[in-house]
Amino acid sequence: MSPALQGLITIFIGVGGCLAYFYGSNIFLDKVLFPAKGIHAGRNINRANMVRPWLFLMPALLALGLYLAYPVVETFRLSLSERLPGGASQYVGFDNYRRMFAEDKFWEAMRNNLLWLLIVPAAATALGLLVAQLTDRIKWGSFAKSLIFMPMAISFVGAAVIFKLIYDARPADQNQIGILNALWLQFDGGFGSVLILRVLPALMFAGFAAVVGYAAYLVGRPIVKPAAHVVEGIALKLLRVVGAVLLSWVAVLSALNVIDSATLAMPYGEQQTWLTIPFWNNFFLMVVLIWIQTGFAMVILSAALRGIPEDTIEAAIIDGANPFQIFFKIKVPQIMNTIVVVWTTITIVVLKVFDIVFAMTNGQWETQVLANYMYDKLFRSNDWGVGSASAMIIMLLVTPILVWNVYNARKEMR
Amino acid sequence: MADLKLTDVAKVYGGGVEVLKNINLDIKEGELIVFVGPSGCGKSTLLRMIAGLENISGGTLEIGGQVVNDIPPAQRGIAMVFQSYALYPHMTVRDNMSFALKIAKKSAEEIDAAVNKAAKILQLEPYLDRLPKALSGGQRQRVAIGRAIVRDPQVYLFDEPLSNLDAALRVATRIEIAQLKEAMPESTMIYVTHDQVEAMTLASRIVVLANKGIAQVGTPLELYERPENEFVAQFIGSPAMNLLAGEIVGTGAQTTVKLATGGTAISAVPTSTADMGLKVNIGVRPEDMVPCEDCDAIYTGKVDILEALGEVTLLYFEKNGAADPVIGKLPGIHADMRGQTVSLRAVPEKVQIFHNGKSLYYR
Ligand SMILES: Nc1ncnc2c1ncn2[C@@H]1O[C@H](COP(=O)(O)OP(=O)(O)OP(=O)(O)O)[C@@H](O)[C@H]1O
Ligand SMILES: [Mg+2]
Repeated sequence: MSPALQGLITIFIGVGGCLAYFYGSNIFLDKVLFPAKGIHAGRNINRANMVRPWLFLMPALLALGLYLAYPVVETFRLSLSERLPGGASQYVGFDNYRRMFAEDKFWEAMRNNLLWLLIVPAAATALGLLVAQLTDRIKWGSFAKSLIFMPMAISFVGAAVIFKLIYDARPADQNQIGILNALWLQFDGGFGSVLILRVLPALMFAGFAAVVGYAAYLVGRPIVKPAAHVVEGIALKLLRVVGAVLLSWVAVLSALNVIDSATLAMPYGEQQTWLTIPFWNNFFLMVVLIWIQTGFAMVILSAALRGIPEDTIEAAIIDGANPFQIFFKIKVPQIMNTIVVVWTTITIVVLKVFDIVFAMTNGQWETQVLANYMYDKLFRSNDWGVGSASAMIIMLLVTPILVWNVYNARKEMR
Repeated sequence: MADLKLTDVAKVYGGGVEVLKNINLDIKEGELIVFVGPSGCGKSTLLRMIAGLENISGGTLEIGGQVVNDIPPAQRGIAMVFQSYALYPHMTVRDNMSFALKIAKKSAEEIDAAVNKAAKILQLEPYLDRLPKALSGGQRQRVAIGRAIVRDPQVYLFDEPLSNLDAALRVATRIEIAQLKEAMPESTMIYVTHDQVEAMTLASRIVVLANKGIAQVGTPLELYERPENEFVAQFIGSPAMNLLAGEIVGTGAQTTVKLATGGTAISAVPTSTADMGLKVNIGVRPEDMVPCEDCDAIYTGKVDILEALGEVTLLYFEKNGAADPVIGKLPGIHADMRGQTVSLRAVPEKVQIFHNGKSLYYR
C-alpha cells in the first residue's frame, strides 16, 4: 500500500474514531446511563451534566497519563536503578547521579546550557522586539516580517545543515564554499581588518559593559538610596543585591573582553574550522537557534505592540517623550507580560535544545548540552541510569520556568 | 496665558480627503472655547492639529504670537486630556502625573511640589500610589486632568473628556472643570464636546463646525438667540428650532411673513421694502411657541405625539407631508392635549427669518 494511502486511512480512522467516541459516549450517557425521563429525569440531567466534562476529557487525560505522566515516573525509577546483565535491574539509590556529577562532560553540558540560557532567549527576544518595532510603520514591513518569520518553518535539523554550510571549511588549496570563511579570507590584517575585527568588537564590548553596568546601577541604587513613596519588601531587596552583583560581574567580564579583543592575535588569511574553536563554537551554534526563534518573538511581540492604545503614545508625545523614551518607558512596560512569556517560551526551547548540537557537532569540541548528553548516555553508551538521571535534571530545570511561563500567559489573557 | 490665532487653517488627509478648510479663529487668553458640531465634522482633527498630533495642511497656527506649525507638541505649551483618559497603565497615579516633568528633567522637589498641588486641587491625594486600573472612571479622568495641570500649560485641550462617564458623574465633573477654570482665569482652554449642556454652561464662546468650516462663533446665548444660519439654529437647542417656509408680506421695523402652512408670523427682524415677496423660512424655538385661542397664530395643527417629561411637555404636531413635525415645548404637564387641535404664536423678538439659509438679522 502506498504511504499516502496509509496516511489517509490513518486520518480517517483517527478523526472518525474521535467523532464516534464523542457521539457514542454522549448517547450512552443520555439514553442509557442517566435517561432524561421517568421520575428521576431532573436528577439524571444534573448527573449527566456532571459526568459529561470528564467523559470528553478522558481520552486526552488517558493519553497524557500514558505518554507524559508515566514516562516521568518511569524515568525517575530508571534514574535510581542500574541494569544488570540479562535484563534485570537493581535499585542503586543516587549512585547514577553521583557518577554523573563526577563527569566533566556533564558539567561542560551544564555550563553550555547556562550560556545558551543566558544568550539565546535574550538575543531572540531583543531582536524580535527590535524587528517588530522597526517594521511597524514601514510599507514593506510585512514583507520583511515574512522573511524573518520564514526560518520558523524550517526544522532545527534543516537549519543546522544550512548553517553547517555557512561554517564550512575546505583545505586551503580548494575553493571555500562556507560564506563565513569567504568573508574571513577578505581580512588581511590591514586597516579594514583592524577596524572591523578589533575596534568594532572592542566598542561593542565596551558598549555592552556600559549598558549592563548601568542596569546594575539602576537595580542597585534603590538599596542605597530608596526612592520616595516606594516601600520594598526584604525579598525584593535581596533580589536587588543579587541582581546588582551579577550584573556588575557581567559588566566587568565584558570590560575585560575589550582588552582581549583589541590585543588577540588573529590568524589572518587562513581558513577556519569554526565549529572546532572551543568556547566560541557554542556561539556559532546559538546563532542557529536565534535565527529561528527571532521570527517567533517578532510575530508575538508585533501583535502585542499593535495592541498598545494609540492614545497613551500620543499622550507621551505631548508629554515630550522622544522616540526612545516612548519605546522604553511607554511601550515596553505595557507589553512586559508578553515579553516575559516569549522569553520563557524560548528558554524552555533552549533547555531542550538537541537537534542543532546533534546535527552540527554532536557535542564535540566542548559544545555538549544536556539534551545531547542524555541522548549520548541513553542510546549510545546504553547507560540508562545516568541517561535518565540527566533527563531528570533537564526536567528539574524546565519546570519552574514552565510554571512561570504559564502563570504569565494566564495573567496576560486576563 | 496665551492667545491662539488660526489663519486659513486647512486639513487634507492622505489620499486627498479634505476635512477642514478656511478655519479663521482668534482665541483670547483666558477664554474657554467649546467646539461643537455633528459627528465627523473635524472637531477632534482641529484639536489635534492645535496639539501638534496632526500636521497642518495649510494656513498658520499661532500660540502666544509664535507660529507653531512646525514646533513639536511638547514645546507648544499645550496639554491635552483625552476622551479615553490615555493614562499610562503601568504607572501609578503619581508617576502618571510626573512623567512629563521627569522627561523635562525637573528636580525631584519641583516634581513633588507640582504633583502634590495638582493632587490637592483634584482631591486625588489618597490615590497617588495606585495604578489607574484601581480607579473609577471619574478618578481616572481627574488624573488625566491632573497630568495636564502639573505641566502648567498655556493652553488646555480637552477632547470629549466627560463622554465616558455616567450622567451623574458627568455633571459633577463638569462643575469641577468649571471651578478649575475659575481658579486659573488666565489659562486658555479648548474643549470639544457633543453635549449641549456642557457647551452652554462651560463656554465663554462656542465654535460650531460644519461642512469643513466654521458655521458660527459666539457666546452661548448669541448662538441660542441669534443664530447666523439655519444650521446653527437647528444644531443648538433641543428639540431643534422649528423652520416654516413662507413669504414676506410686510416690511419695516417688524416683518410680517405669510406662511405656507396658513399662519402668519411677525418678527422683530427689520426689513426694507425691497424684501417684499422674498421667500424665507422663519424659525421659532419649540419653547417659544405659546398656545393661544382666537389669535393670529403662527401655526395651527393637531397634536400627533405627546411626550410628558414632567418638567416640560413636548408636542409633536401632525406632519401633513412636511419632513419634520412642528414641535412645541410647554412648561408643566399637559397630558390631555394629545389629539387636540392647538394654535401657537410667539412674540416677535423670538422669531428668526432666514433667506437661503442665512439669517436676515446679520445682513
Ligand atoms: N487618518 C484619516 N484619514 C482620512 N480621513 C480621516 C482620518 N482621520 C479622520 N478622518 C476623517 O476626518 C473627519 C473628521 O474626523 P474627526 O475625528 O475630527 O471628527 P469629530 O468631529 O471629532 O467626530 P466625533 O464627534 O465623532 O468625534 C471624519 O470624516 C473622518 O472620517
Ligand atoms: Mg472626535
